[in-house]
Amino acid sequence: MKKNPTLTRGQRLVLLAPYLWIFAFLLAPLILVLKISVSHTILARPPYRPIFELSDGVDGFWTKAQTFTFDAYRILFTDSLYINAYVSSLTIAAVATLVTLLVAYPFALAMARAPESWRPFLIGLAAAPFWTSFLIRVYAWIALLKDEGLINNSLIALGLIDAPIQMFATRFAVVVGIVYSYLPFMLLPLFAALERQDPALREASADLGATPAQTFLRVTLPLSREGIIAGVLLVFIPAVGEFVIPDLLGGSDTLMIGRTLWNDFFANHDWPTASAAAVLLLVLLIAPLAALERMRFGQKDLRP
Amino acid sequence: MSLTTATGSESAPLLSIRRVSRRYGPVIALDDVSLHIARGEFFALLGPSGCGKTTLMRCVAGFETPDSGDLLLDGEDLGGMPPYRRPVNMMFQSYALFPHLDVFENVAFGLRRQGLNKDTIAGRVRALLQLTQLDSYGLRKINELSGGQRQRVALARALAPGPRLLLLDEPLGALDRKLREETQFHLKKIQRETGTSFMIVTHDQDEALALADRVAVMRAGRIEQVASPNDIYERPATRFVAGFVGDTNFIDGVVVLDSGPYLLTDFGRIALSSCCLPDGARATLSVRPEDIHARRDGPGISGIIEEFVFRGDNTLLRVSVGNDVILRVATWDMRFSVGESVRLQFPLDTPALFAETT
Repeated sequence: MKKNPTLTRGQRLVLLAPYLWIFAFLLAPLILVLKISVSHTILARPPYRPIFELSDGVDGFWTKAQTFTFDAYRILFTDSLYINAYVSSLTIAAVATLVTLLVAYPFALAMARAPESWRPFLIGLAAAPFWTSFLIRVYAWIALLKDEGLINNSLIALGLIDAPIQMFATRFAVVVGIVYSYLPFMLLPLFAALERQDPALREASADLGATPAQTFLRVTLPLSREGIIAGVLLVFIPAVGEFVIPDLLGGSDTLMIGRTLWNDFFANHDWPTASAAAVLLLVLLIAPLAALERMRFGQKDLRP
Repeated sequence: MSLTTATGSESAPLLSIRRVSRRYGPVIALDDVSLHIARGEFFALLGPSGCGKTTLMRCVAGFETPDSGDLLLDGEDLGGMPPYRRPVNMMFQSYALFPHLDVFENVAFGLRRQGLNKDTIAGRVRALLQLTQLDSYGLRKINELSGGQRQRVALARALAPGPRLLLLDEPLGALDRKLREETQFHLKKIQRETGTSFMIVTHDQDEALALADRVAVMRAGRIEQVASPNDIYERPATRFVAGFVGDTNFIDGVVVLDSGPYLLTDFGRIALSSCCLPDGARATLSVRPEDIHARRDGPGISGIIEEFVFRGDNTLLRVSVGNDVILRVATWDMRFSVGESVRLQFPLDTPALFAETT
């Protein structure tokens, strides 16, 4: 590859498009959120100051910028509500991601080892839940998990339990909801990584004396690392900020940062604190993401 | 088993393949194959693609299960034994090296499964890397190696657990021509030095003839001939073997058992050294291009040079002997030219005569 490729005007324009997209829909909103997070809360509309206007000029901009404050961040680090919400979000997301990985791996393995002609069908099945609304599928879990829901009623009918087990409105329900909803996002990268593995590698491992369990641990698992990392990122990151699932399944006790944030915005009209919470969440997620990305790209040169 | 000990373990075969058959749906991959491989032998399974040679090797490794028949290694039945318990190792055609491990760990993989201690493993791996001229490559990743180096890592890895029989599936197939010859010598040297029995699968006749002590030629799931490379080349048992191994002329004719047998062809008589076919039988004689001598005059069958192909070490003549029959003749004489008439002398020894039905 050339260091300084000479691009035609058309090529430049094409390259410009994704950058413009990222700027307009990712970077610009992020800057707005950052700005709001250092603003003051007031009872007005919008509920924060300062608001910049073009008529301010450079001097006016500086005067207004002087009023920036880190109060919102101070609240995040002092108010136990936020600290608990972060810890709880990260814990629930971590547990749910781990469970998703453990559930998805055997599925992905079975899909990757299935006859080639079956695979498109199996991938279709894995993606089938997307044909129904996400919201409806989460609602359906209420019917399954609640005290007089399908699961409890069945267990009572079978005589296995006398009284319903409280599942709905617990952290357990949130984890179940996340595992269920995000399973395809774990399944597909795992499948892609496992399907790519040369079956001869497993034969070579067996030939060299490795039992099937050893072959799995020494060959199949390490070689699916990229798929595991991709799947974990795809599940963990949205799960931390998940709002709908804890809101519908978690009940009032389950504190997650997504809901806290929503409350600040819409119930308390405390935009700066909500923005600061969002910014902190972003920082918390970028660190592990960057570390995992590095692992993934470090791995790249190992591929044959 | 008392019978084998009576004759001494030296002569008992290392591997006995007894009446092994394997079919895939309507396709018969192996059709009642029997073979014996001796201890310390370099054995080659040679045949065109789809002849069943790879299936047979995979049966020995344990990746395929024969529908019927037995496989015995040192008298021990391999049937039902999973690949990871069999004391044979395989060098895969694709090498199947572990991309997540370095060269050292690839070679050590089999040794670690045997639960040997660290120092023993390190010592053995180092010795094998030296044997395969990879001394300084231990820490390299697989994707940093050339094709020839990967091939040697695959060989070292397969040799590491000390197999009683090493299976090599097209070991030189992925190498370029020049490297292939060098590697042939190297393989042969390693086989001699380690004393391990090698069973190689190849579609390349040159490779089989150059490497093996004995060659089995396979066709459509059956063994056509098992013999030394020299016998395979000089005394092919079937028309297929004669055509598959080396370059040859097939000459059709009728056997005449007169005063000394000869083959009556469309273009003249060819004397036969011996003949087990009846008088008047239709037969095909296989004669190698280098066994026919072309002269300007003297006795022999006359023909006209149609083409003249310089091949470096020799020259190939395409000689028309009439009735649309073209014979291929190899010569070291460079002075022939197209259109010239020549006399062809056939060899006195003609072992490769086949009845029409073969």
